[in-house]
Amino acid sequence: MKNKSLVSITDFSKSDYLRILELAEDYERKPVQDLLTGKVVATLFFEPSTRTRLSFESAVNKMGGRVIGFTDASSSSVTKGETLYDTIKIVCNYCDLIVMRHPLEGSARFASEISSVPIINAGDGANQHPTQTLLDLYSIKKTQGKLDNLTIFMVGDLKYGRTVHSLLMAMSQFNPTFHFISPDELKMPEEYKIFLRTLGIKYYEHKDFTDIITEADIIYMTRVQKERFSDPIEYERTKNAYVLKNKMLNNTKENLRVLHPLPRVNEIDQDVDINPKAYYFTQALNGVYIRQAIISSILGLN
Amino acid sequence: MKDKMLEVSAIENGTVIDHIPPKAFFKVIAILGLEKLDIQMTLGTNLDSKKIGKKAIVKLSDIFFPDKDVNKIALVAPQAKLNIIKNYNVVEKRVVEIPDDIVGIVKCMNPKCITNSEKIITKFKVVSKNEVKLKCLYCEKITDQDNMQVI
Repeated sequence: MKNKSLVSITDFSKSDYLRILELAEDYERKPVQDLLTGKVVATLFFEPSTRTRLSFESAVNKMGGRVIGFTDASSSSVTKGETLYDTIKIVCNYCDLIVMRHPLEGSARFASEISSVPIINAGDGANQHPTQTLLDLYSIKKTQGKLDNLTIFMVGDLKYGRTVHSLLMAMSQFNPTFHFISPDELKMPEEYKIFLRTLGIKYYEHKDFTDIITEADIIYMTRVQKERFSDPIEYERTKNAYVLKNKMLNNTKENLRVLHPLPRVNEIDQDVDINPKAYYFTQALNGVYIRQAIISSILGLN
Repeated sequence: MKDKMLEVSAIENGTVIDHIPPKAFFKVIAILGLEKLDIQMTLGTNLDSKKIGKKAIVKLSDIFFPDKDVNKIALVAPQAKLNIIKNYNVVEKRVVEIPDDIVGIVKCMNPKCITNSEKIITKFKVVSKNEVKLKCLYCEKITDQDNMQVI
C-alpha cells in the first residue's frame, strides 16, 4: 500500500481494508502521534466539502504534519484557466501527499497517473469517495463488533448516491443481506443488483419506509436531493415519505445503529439524535481516525 | 464494366478490408489513420453485397497491419473481413476481433468525465463484446455501442 494512491474502493484488497480498520482503532486510542513531522499534505478542493476537508486537515494536524491547499476552485489558478494537469504537476513538487476533491469524474485517477506523490481521492464527481466508504466500514465494525453476516438497510436516494454504491461494493465481501428502500425514481441501479446476484448476495427492494426496519443491524440513510426531480411537487411528496423519526425505532434491534454520510436535511428527524441508536455524529468523528490510518499507510509510517 | 472495375481496384500486394457496413466506413478510415498514409489505396462504399446488402471496401497496397491495430475496427465493423494479398492472390483470410482494452479511439460518453475536459488519451476496458460495452478507466462509467463516438 505504501506510495499507492487511493482513488477507488476497488484499488485496495479486503486485507488492505481490514488493516486500515485496525490501524484506525490505534488512532482512536491514541489520536495524537507525531508521525508526520516535517511532512506536507496538500488538500486541493476544486469544489467545497467542509466535512471531508476538515477531517483530513484534522487528521494531518493530529499527526504533526502541515497542510497547504485551497478550499474551492475560485481561490486557485483554475480561475486563470490552468488545467488540472498543470496544477497537479506543480503541487506535487510542494508536498508528500495530495488529497483532492474535484467535480469531474475520473479526475483523481488522472491525477494519480501524473503525480509524483500519492493521491487520495476525496470525491470525484458522482464517481468515488473511498475514504467515506472506509469510515462507514469502520463505523459498522465498531458498532456491530464484526462486518460479516449483517443486515443492512439503505434508504433514500439509491440511484445517484455514490456512498451507498461504494458501501454496497465493499460490504459485499462480508456476506451481508441488503434491503433497499427508495422511491421508484431513485431505485438502486441495475448494475449493482447484477453485481449482487452474481455473488449470490440476498437483497430486497421496498417502496415504503415501514416497520420492516426491525430486522436491521444498520440503517444507512441518504439525502433525497431536490435537483434529481423534474417535478417539484413530486420532490416534496417523496422527501417526506423517507424521513426517519424516533418512534419508528421503537421495536428495532438493540444493536441497530443509524448511519448517514451527512449533511442531512430533513431525512432524519432531530428527535432521533438523542436515541442511542443514532450514530451519524460519531460516524463523522470516525472519519478523522480512518483518515489518519489511510494517510499513515500510504506514507508508510506504520 | 464490372470486370473493368475489378481490374482497376485489384492490388498486387497488401490488405483488403471487406464487408464494412457503409455507416462505419469513415470511422474505419479514421481508426486506421488512412489519411496519414501515403500509399496507394482504393476506397469504395455503398457497393452491392450479397451478404450485407450494401458494403464498403478498403484496398491498401503494400501495407500489412498488426492484429492489435486492425482489431480496433471491430468496434465499428465487427463483421469486417481481412484478405491479405500477395502477388494478386489471397494468401490469408482473417476476421477482426474486439480487443480487451481500447486506448485512444473512443470518446467517453460521460460529459462529466475528466477525459472530456483535459487533454487525455482515453482508456477503456471492454466489458462486453457481443453488444459492445466499454468501461472508462477514469470515470468508471460505461459507454455502449449506441453512444460510441470515434475520436
